[in-house]
Amino acid sequence: MKTIKILSLALASGFVLASCSNDDNTPEEVNEEEIITTMIVTLTPTGGGTPIVFQSQDLDGDGPNAPVITPEDIVLSEGTTYSGTVVLLNETESPAENVNEEIEAEADEHQFFYIIDGGLNATVDYADDESDYVSEETGQNFTTTNPVGIAFTITTTSASTGTLAITLRHEPKKPNDGTLVDAGGETDITETFNLTVE
Amino acid sequence: MKPALFVIFMTIFSHIGYSQECDHVLAGQVVDYHSRTPLDNATIMVLESQLAVKTDIDGKFKIENLCETSYRLEVSHPSCNTTVMEVEMDGITWLDIKLEHHLEELDEVKVVADAFKDKTNSSQEETLKLSTIETYSAGNLGDALRELGGVSSLNTGANIVKPTIHGLSGSRVLILNDGVRMQDMEWGDEHAPNIDINAAGSISVIKGASALQYGGDAIGGTIVMDMARVPLKDTLYGKTIINGMSNGRGGNITSSLTRAFGNGWFAKAQGNYKRLGDQEAPDYVLSNTGVREVAASLQIGKHQFTWGWDARYSYFNSEIAVLRASHIGNIDDLIRAINSGVPEIVRPFTYDLQNPRQEVTHHLGKLKFYKRFEGLGKWNLQYDFQNNRRFEFDVRRGELDDRASIDLELTTHTVNTDFKWDARERWQLHVGLLGRYQDNFANPATGVRRLIPDYEKWDFGSFLISEYRLTNSLFLDAGVRYDFTRVDAQKFYQTSRWEERGYDTIFQDLVVQDLGTQLLVNPVFDYHNISGTIGANYTPDMGTEIKFNYTLAQRAPNPSELFSDGLHHSAARIELGDLQIDSETSHKFMLSYKKEFKSWGFTLEPYANWIQNFILLEPSGVEFTLRGAFPVWEYRQTDARLLGFDVYGFSNWISHWKTEHQFSMVKGKDFDTDGALINVPAVNLVNRLIYSKPEWNDFEASLESQYVFRQNEVPDNILVFSAEQQQEVVLEINTPPEAYQLLTLRSQMVFPLSKGTRLTTALAVNNLLNTNYREYLNRQRFFADDLGRNFLLQLKLNY
Repeated sequence: MKTIKILSLALASGFVLASCSNDDNTPEEVNEEEIITTMIVTLTPTGGGTPIVFQSQDLDGDGPNAPVITPEDIVLSEGTTYSGTVVLLNETESPAENVNEEIEAEADEHQFFYIIDGGLNATVDYADDESDYVSEETGQNFTTTNPVGIAFTITTTSASTGTLAITLRHEPKKPNDGTLVDAGGETDITETFNLTVE
Repeated sequence: MKPALFVIFMTIFSHIGYSQECDHVLAGQVVDYHSRTPLDNATIMVLESQLAVKTDIDGKFKIENLCETSYRLEVSHPSCNTTVMEVEMDGITWLDIKLEHHLEELDEVKVVADAFKDKTNSSQEETLKLSTIETYSAGNLGDALRELGGVSSLNTGANIVKPTIHGLSGSRVLILNDGVRMQDMEWGDEHAPNIDINAAGSISVIKGASALQYGGDAIGGTIVMDMARVPLKDTLYGKTIINGMSNGRGGNITSSLTRAFGNGWFAKAQGNYKRLGDQEAPDYVLSNTGVREVAASLQIGKHQFTWGWDARYSYFNSEIAVLRASHIGNIDDLIRAINSGVPEIVRPFTYDLQNPRQEVTHHLGKLKFYKRFEGLGKWNLQYDFQNNRRFEFDVRRGELDDRASIDLELTTHTVNTDFKWDARERWQLHVGLLGRYQDNFANPATGVRRLIPDYEKWDFGSFLISEYRLTNSLFLDAGVRYDFTRVDAQKFYQTSRWEERGYDTIFQDLVVQDLGTQLLVNPVFDYHNISGTIGANYTPDMGTEIKFNYTLAQRAPNPSELFSDGLHHSAARIELGDLQIDSETSHKFMLSYKKEFKSWGFTLEPYANWIQNFILLEPSGVEFTLRGAFPVWEYRQTDARLLGFDVYGFSNWISHWKTEHQFSMVKGKDFDTDGALINVPAVNLVNRLIYSKPEWNDFEASLESQYVFRQNEVPDNILVFSAEQQQEVVLEINTPPEAYQLLTLRSQMVFPLSKGTRLTTALAVNNLLNTNYREYLNRQRFFADDLGRNFLLQLKLNY
């Protein structure tokens, strides 16, 4: 019976794809290229002395582990001016990628903000501006002079404890009044350190 | 799928005994099944002799010189389903033929909503007619479907619109595009269906899973997009629609051309191009919300009554810019955006599509064959191929800005076949089988860890549906379906995530390779799902229809629910799937009561949907990274209940004046938390005043008011630690926006240009009062107001 033949063919066709082969090609591992895992802050007393180094590190990036700050106690001296630098690394790559280069190349689209709070007797000033860096776009130094904040100074007065919050914003309003609210943009990195001045 | 027997009843009035051979006369009348109005220009063809006649203006016809034997007649009408019936000739025979109205491509006669052939017997079901679809020619599928009761949408801005049926969307809503189930990464909230609405002839929405022939997992519902029917006659026709709109300063042009032959051959080509720049809220430009869309389809085939085939290819490409201000860095940025009330980035209007944006290409190829077996029924065989490529571009540093953050390619092959026994008068049986293979490839070149992993998926499905006519007014239906799904994924987990989730104790055997900070795992999961439906349709008289339906549906988790893992940059949230998620099971009861009187009518449609192991994504806490804190959105399973009802009413007050009213309400409850479900549509009331004066070139004008209440039932907000404020603050992520009312004005006129050529002009104003509003189901409600006033001018040329 022709009808039956066609019908059974139809039923069989439903199973055809069940036999597709599984070519076991292993996917390639992706290491997050854009992630910043580590922020290292170095404060060097302008009058000479041992630099103070502290860092925040989050090796699993957007994974569940929170960033770890070392050392726990960060102690500055009274009445001292420190010249500071901040270095950002992506340590998921080997060797670690220095993210500063990208920020310098787009200095006009980035800015660090240093906010002192909690009664810490210290002030922070920018020690660089955009014209210190070479634009990736033009190959020349930027002609604008808004602050970037890769280099900065921190000046302490009397003994106290408090916090220093460091935030890097991508595409903030430039120039701005130095507050995060006015600057807007997207947060690329932010960390708050507990500091002691004694 | 109502049986042919439901469509046609034949009554033989007179039996006058002539015994001479071949001088018998068949006369009769063709009328619309629903309205009993005579149908002119219907074709009655005697299949044995290929002799055809057409009905006159009164729907009457006469065929002479027939012999004393039985003939098979094929009755067709441009706006009806073609049907075949047998007639026993005996002298002068009178035949009343009732045809069910179908969508009409050539001539838009007014068809009432229920004049479409329903897809199911007892489910709540509604259809958008062609004229409504054309109104939304410059919009998208989700916008058009909101016209229907109980249908809302989950939006990401104005261009990414996911249809939501009875409060459910995403993978719980199946979309059938000309018989092909769309496989286009429907799992993501910001993934819109890749469909050109201009290709559709009609769109039906089945508000539940009872259409088991399409799938058993449509816990929300099924959207069936059908192509316009091609008439079985020598003809060439087409149409072109041009839309211009003020908001977005763009529009679209869509055109289609159909060539058909009397022997069943046909070809149809259709295309659409759409371009919009930045759209505008009442007070500011919504920077980076433009869109560019290109779609085309080609269909050829041969459709005859006894057999036929067709092949279709469709291409869809869209590039959608996503509101710049919605791309944020961390939770403090989100708090700032929520508190400020205006978008942080407002730039001058531009047509440029910048990052963040998405670009999606969908190819769909289909091959279908059918054959009708005399005295048995109809057999269908179909193969379809789909390829979906999705790029999502984020705002990134340096040269990475030009590289997509998400690059996925989903390829699907499906074979299905079904057989429908409809030769019996009282019952019909529909059985089918399906096999599907799907492959997802996540391109590692993005330099971003994959949100969705590489996977392969196999599906096998089989169904059996039956319909039984107990009496002329009572139809029963029942069906059962079995689906098997296997997912075989290759996924990298961060070791820290793997351990945090506790997978190292449950799923350690899945680990294939340990790369130190990451683990390659190979989960292979099988799901066996059973669905079933039972229902009744009772029509005691012409004006009353009562439907009851119960459907059991099961849905296997989608790849996003299982495997999501990582920071979703465009949403500034960490999304976590769960490998332990199992299928969800829905029990849905639907009742539909429809009553129509002479000048008014109403429909009441209550429903209740109990869902065990309901999978939902909601904010659960915060995780800290060097970029700051991010809200964690976690998939979890709970027992949930959705209760709702839709009411529709209309009244023809005096001549030319008509009003329509629609009310939809749904309440979602989470039994685990004893609280409200997230993303449940707010109560919605639509009132429409319509004035129509056919004498003035079919003039029609309408004023529509849509009132959306505030969604008062939402999950609690979460507490998060703000690094910027150095304290715990409430993240108002679940706070619903205020109620709003929108007015829409529409008017339309038709000008016949020559025989067979018509120009239709339409002018519409959306958001007439330029109201500032935000919609709870728009994911960009945190960042900006919704669209402001929009003038739309449409020119349609039928030729």
